[in-house]
Amino acid sequence: MNKESNAYIILFSVIMVVIVGVGLAVIAQITKPNYIKNQEIEKKQNILSSVGIRVSPSEAEATYNKHITGSVVFKQDGSVVDGQDAFLVDLAKELKKPEADQFYTLFFCSKDNESFYIIPMRGKGLWDAVWGFVAVNNDGITIAGAMFDHKGETPGLGAEISKEGFQKQFLGKKIVDASGEFKGVEVAKQGKYPEGYEHSVDGISGGTITSNGVSDMIQKYLKAFQAYMKVNVSAIPAPQPEPETLDTLETTLIEADTIN
Amino acid sequence: MSTETAVAQKEKEALFSAKRRKLITDPLNDTNPVTVQVLGICSALAITVQVKPSLFMFGGVLFVLALGNVIVSLLRNLIPSRVRIIAQLVIVAALVIVVDLVLKAYAYDMSKQLSVFVGLIITNCIVMGRLEAFALGNKWWPSLLDGIGNAMGYGLILVIVAAARELFGSGTLLGFKIIPAAFYEMGYVNNGFMILPPMALVVVGIIIWVQRSRNKKLVESN
Repeated sequence: MNKESNAYIILFSVIMVVIVGVGLAVIAQITKPNYIKNQEIEKKQNILSSVGIRVSPSEAEATYNKHITGSVVFKQDGSVVDGQDAFLVDLAKELKKPEADQFYTLFFCSKDNESFYIIPMRGKGLWDAVWGFVAVNNDGITIAGAMFDHKGETPGLGAEISKEGFQKQFLGKKIVDASGEFKGVEVAKQGKYPEGYEHSVDGISGGTITSNGVSDMIQKYLKAFQAYMKVNVSAIPAPQPEPETLDTLETTLIEADTIN
Repeated sequence: MSTETAVAQKEKEALFSAKRRKLITDPLNDTNPVTVQVLGICSALAITVQVKPSLFMFGGVLFVLALGNVIVSLLRNLIPSRVRIIAQLVIVAALVIVVDLVLKAYAYDMSKQLSVFVGLIITNCIVMGRLEAFALGNKWWPSLLDGIGNAMGYGLILVIVAAARELFGSGTLLGFKIIPAAFYEMGYVNNGFMILPPMALVVVGIIIWVQRSRNKKLVESN
């Protein structure tokens, strides 16, 4: 057969592509279980890091089981969905559903005799997905930690959301104001709000679209979280300055927590 | 750009004849893909902040280059010359995907750190350059040696650059503290600039300078 004829070239290409395709598919299948396991471990590490626990991949499993005491799947209006494993809910897939049908997840975490709610979230940045885990204190209103990551934001600009400097700002922010109304935490341009404002953090200069994406994501998931708390963990009173009331509030919350 | 190394092989040549040994040793110095041919600079800048990722990168390139050379060399009489570049690309891309999948499954951290640069091995000029200039015209054994040699030449520069950057940028090598704490107490500070990509270019430049001043063969005669 003439090596330069069209028929030969087409035959050669077809055979080559089929062999390569089959070969790659086989290798992909072989490596898949390990890859999925690695991703699960990474997710566990991320969940833990939102409350400040940093572990190596080999310890992630055990530490996760020790600290994460439970999880729940719920909808936008706060109603609990039964029969779903929160860990396996893929928020990327949920985002494609109509808003009212989307599943939200929540993990319960205990660390040093304190308990936290960890809210996984996912949204859109400038180029691709952004996601994160926000930990909220037992009172249901104070943010205890946050961790964000992204798929492909611009290094040095939008990608800064995955840096500690950005994430630290969230510590101690409140998601409801003194009158009990939902405010969330806005990622705002520097100077938009006065210093010490409890419902915003500084955005990233040059990373406005990423900042807005993170902001929208946080608002959406915190709002759903608040709805969940209202429906399932009785009404959340406005933050009280007196420590006595806080103590009682905490006990009620823990009780409500165990019921769940 | 690439030097013509294709030589007619006599039958029954020893496996490691002088000529074949040169296939491995030449790319380490005289025909180094990075410092002499100035190929693969992009990844040399990107992943040389620390030694460990650069070792993994070297492993990836070694695998792709050596195996790609062998496969192309074995198929060289079957590949129609009109579509040879496409055929080479398919082979290289397939090998790179294998590297990517294996890293994701068995070295997840590294795979995240190297991110797109594993995929970009496809566009590494060293790989396509060797396939086109050597493997298409030689038997599989010399092609394998050539692939290994060039990957080692690339890896050598990668590791030197990475070691310099990690040592002066972070004070560590492979993650171990090298610069004693006493130095820091006396006021020594890690050079943050070493961690940034431009410094890799400067380090590569210094390596080229040193190499050219010692190897007279590389100095242009005019």
